[in-house]
Amino acid sequence: MTSDDPQLRVSKIRNGTVIDHVTAGQALNVLAILGIDGTGGEEVSVGMNVPSSRIDGKDVVKVEGRELSQAEVDVLSLIAPEATINIIRDYEVIRKTRVQRPNAVVGVIECPNHNCITNAEEPVESEFDVLDEGIRCRYCDTILREKLAAQIRA
Amino acid sequence: MRQGDLVSATSLSRADVETVLDHAAAIAADPESWRERHAGTLLALCFFEPSTRTRMSFDAAMKRLGGDTVDMGHVESSSVEKGESLADTVRVIEGYADALVLRHPSEGAARMAAEYVDIPLINAGDGAGQHPSQTLLDLYTMREATGLDEVTVGILGDLKYGRTVHSLAEALTEFDARMHFVSPRSLRLPRSVRYDIEDAGGEVREHEDLNPVLSDLDVLYVTRIQRERFPDESEYREVAGKYRIDDETLAAARDEIDSAVDTTDHARYFRQAHNGVPVRMALLDLLL
Repeated sequence: MTSDDPQLRVSKIRNGTVIDHVTAGQALNVLAILGIDGTGGEEVSVGMNVPSSRIDGKDVVKVEGRELSQAEVDVLSLIAPEATINIIRDYEVIRKTRVQRPNAVVGVIECPNHNCITNAEEPVESEFDVLDEGIRCRYCDTILREKLAAQIRA
Repeated sequence: MRQGDLVSATSLSRADVETVLDHAAAIAADPESWRERHAGTLLALCFFEPSTRTRMSFDAAMKRLGGDTVDMGHVESSSVEKGESLADTVRVIEGYADALVLRHPSEGAARMAAEYVDIPLINAGDGAGQHPSQTLLDLYTMREATGLDEVTVGILGDLKYGRTVHSLAEALTEFDARMHFVSPRSLRLPRSVRYDIEDAGGEVREHEDLNPVLSDLDVLYVTRIQRERFPDESEYREVAGKYRIDDETLAAARDEIDSAVDTTDHARYFRQAHNGVPVRMALLDLLL
């Protein structure tokens, strides 16, 4: 990508992560997965509905000074299965990986069953097995297919 | 069960079920010879919800195997009332006993608790989740009456919150059993149980009215509509008393049907309750 790239809508970052090929409309949910709501002072750029040769319109999220944990990438893959993660150091892409659908996701997503033990005051993290369609709470068995992004922990 | 715990019926293979039921039958046939089998063994009973039959039958089972029980007592008089987490409670109790029976109002409680203790843990009911030891004695009772293969089973009542239903339906997928599910629309099976039945190659046949399927059934399994599971009272009132099983209902049933009229030949529920002891003795003997 060069500085005169017609698709470059937001400025480059020096060190951090560029999450590209995010399913159009999911950029704000990506920020939610990363726990970014603007109050933490992170430098973030977001492109929405950006033209893409690979998918039908995409969102792009650039976060300065932040690399993603595996748990975050796993959840990201559920809402943006085509996404690519670019790790940037000193303006250069040093690693580029496509997200992979995991077998399970730990933390980040809250079980929608209010009576699930993972929503009680107990030392246990939420954990979901990934099904062909949706995810299943490993503790209470609740299957979540719709509105997955709404269950991302605030 | 393979990990030394019994948390969910989904972990029970056909071979597991048959092992427990065969063992229970051997114990029931000759209970005297098991009296000293687990002398000195202590079973912890941790019931965070009321229980009569399950608690007493585990208590009786352990004692009939020569062991004894330590009972957490009522939640109101325990450290739980002082704010202790379940994870801490079971870790403390692990130091007092050789195995633990847990009933708790939250779904998934037994699975989490099992991660915190090394002694065998039996789920005696986790909210609206699972109640696998009840399923074993339900299967034992059904096997005595009709066998577990090539049978048609009707399951009626609160299928949404009924934990015994969830465990029974999942365990029956291991056998050649056709299942009919009868409930009000609002109390149909949860998505996870439907998923497991279909994933095992079974079919979920749902009905609101019992009568059209009654004559096809070998077994009718009836559950109570549980007021305590409903998030709001109005939802409960809408469905309470919707199904009533009486002589008239059963007139259309096959002779060998199991159901809820204790003066008829149909009823097996007292037998089912009595079976709780040998089945739980078998379960404890296999897990300890």
